[in-house]
Amino acid sequence: MMEIKDILKPENLVYGKSKVLTDTIMHYCPGCTHGVIHKILAELIEEMGIQEKAVGVAPVGCAVFAYNYIDVDWQEAAHGRAPALATGIVRLNPDKFVFTYQGDGDLASIGAGEIIHACNRGENILVIFINNGIYGMTGGQMAPTTLENMVTSTTPFGRDVEMNGYPLKMTDLVAQLPGTSYVTRQSAQTPAAVRKCKRALKKGIQNVLDKKGTSFIEVVSTCNSGWKMTPVQANKWMEDHMFPYYPLGDMKDCEKEKPVEKN
Amino acid sequence: MAKIKGAVVVDNEVCKGCGLCVEACPEEVLALNREMNSRGYHYSYMENPDACIGCSNCGVVCPDACITVYRVKI
Amino acid sequence: MGELRLMKGNEVLAEAAIRCGCDGYFGYPITPQSEVMETLMERQPWNETGMVVLQAESEVAAINMVYGAAGTGKKVMTSSSSPGVSLMLEGISYIAGAELPCLIVNVQRGGPGLGTIQPSQADYFQAVKGGGHGDYKLIVLAPSSVQEMNDFVDLAFELAFKYRNPAMILTDGALGQMMEKVELSDYKKRWTENEIAEKWGSWATTGKPSSRNRNIITSLELDSCKMEMNNRRFQEKYRQMEVEEQRYEMFSCDDAEYILIAFGTSARVCQKATEIARNKGIAVGLLRPITLFPFPAKIIGELAPKVKGFLTVEMNAGQMVEDVKQAVYEAGCTRRVEFYGRMGGIIPSPGEVVEAIERNFL
Repeated sequence: MMEIKDILKPENLVYGKSKVLTDTIMHYCPGCTHGVIHKILAELIEEMGIQEKAVGVAPVGCAVFAYNYIDVDWQEAAHGRAPALATGIVRLNPDKFVFTYQGDGDLASIGAGEIIHACNRGENILVIFINNGIYGMTGGQMAPTTLENMVTSTTPFGRDVEMNGYPLKMTDLVAQLPGTSYVTRQSAQTPAAVRKCKRALKKGIQNVLDKKGTSFIEVVSTCNSGWKMTPVQANKWMEDHMFPYYPLGDMKDCEKEKPVEKN
Repeated sequence: MAKIKGAVVVDNEVCKGCGLCVEACPEEVLALNREMNSRGYHYSYMENPDACIGCSNCGVVCPDACITVYRVKI
Repeated sequence: MGELRLMKGNEVLAEAAIRCGCDGYFGYPITPQSEVMETLMERQPWNETGMVVLQAESEVAAINMVYGAAGTGKKVMTSSSSPGVSLMLEGISYIAGAELPCLIVNVQRGGPGLGTIQPSQADYFQAVKGGGHGDYKLIVLAPSSVQEMNDFVDLAFELAFKYRNPAMILTDGALGQMMEKVELSDYKKRWTENEIAEKWGSWATTGKPSSRNRNIITSLELDSCKMEMNNRRFQEKYRQMEVEEQRYEMFSCDDAEYILIAFGTSARVCQKATEIARNKGIAVGLLRPITLFPFPAKIIGELAPKVKGFLTVEMNAGQMVEDVKQAVYEAGCTRRVEFYGRMGGIIPSPGEVVEAIERNFL
């Protein structure tokens, strides 16, 4: 019978923490999807050898401290403005790998203008959009993406669409824009989903390296604290309630539209 | 037929006891410890180490990157 | 002697940006400054120097594009007019808090609200007292000629990088639209990637090589003790600016009994008013602040004991006059400080200014 200590040898290592992920313990709540996405992003930056050309733009929201966890150069944007910062960075530094990391309050509410125009210009950036249907950082208020009848701290009797409008499908919107090249909706609640999401992120990164236009990757996520569930319950609730309204899968996969030739 | 044997190391102090790895483990190897770490979390540990096949599912879903997985063919 | 041209102030801002090695301009149309971006688009500097010019979807986006680009150690700027600058204040506060150099040009028009499109100086407080949230200051330069619209672009960048602080050129619709003779600056080369890494590698986010720790551009610090330390550092920087950068120009002040204090367009009016008053036998001089922050308080303190009174002339309801009173008070003097101004897009006439001197002091 083999002892555990005989298995724990460097040559037997099959999964461990990426070197691009720092040793700082993440401030996220237990079971938060942010941690998983940070981790696979760090793994990809390491595997694709792009740490030296990566510049991240952090949002305002729970991921405001993303710069503490992934070991690349970062800028911290004002609320919703990450795509504008990324535009400024990439226009003047076209050979860098520039990405924004934004939540649904940041991207779909206060930053709706900036993201639409950045995608419409086809800025050569990767947008990672974490959609958990709620404002996590400020205490679980309604987001534009909050589902109909979903209870939040500002919709204590459930989201009333007569009063608050309908949950906003940002990813469907940006897929319509000629500037986007790869638009997909993913999740990260099971090993298979995380692996699939990582492949999508890899494709998005590769598109940026190949200068194909904006790649936009939504990750339907949980906020178990905001939803007031355990992490395992939150994953189940997401599958049952979020996925029917925010169905997973690729919406667009092409090069951004080429301009019409001038005569 | 070669048998596959795995083992998991959880960084007890980093683990927040979210339980996602427990849920993701196909062989029911992992469980949350009755003991707490210094931050008050019931950290994950190998309750049935003999059953581990080193599939890495626990590591893949871990939001805190605190799981390292090893695997050998015997 | 550089190249001589007859040009509009707004056009000169664009030309000066290209020539001083500016890397990028992000803007949004608004009267009376739209010629800045129009000139840049016409000139296509991306073919010549590699400078990037982009029309943003809003002033909010424009200033945040400046924020992102400035964070990579590049020389970047934007321009707007009063209502647009109000929209930019959030971004300006972040840029000041993140200690990034950049240039913002405000070609002022009359307010409040949508106001008028005629020239004004009513954004003085907004420019010199901070404007956005938090304790921060901009370096504020006030040109009073088309020539200075040229010269101050390069100077503003120099000061912005010296102090790692946003700089503003505070001008107005009159200077923006006015045509004058200007001697253009010689071309300066844009900084290369290596030069930027050498100069600003300790903070610019240009991608992290293995040789250094990651750079993080942020204004966030949740630990209030550390945030107070950050604020102390900012304040020290602003005090250093006050010691080293006070700039001004004086006309006929040596024997003056009364001193006009005015900047920008109103300083031009006051120069004529000084002549008229002198012809009438009134010993008037003019002090023209060039830096509005740091405010030239030192020279005002030196002049105060020698004169009978000061009159500030502004195109607003009386803003700079408060800083003049403060400077006189701090010099331990009790000289009278009076104000004359017009609002809503009206430029005072030299005759009105002379009457104001007579009314207040004689």
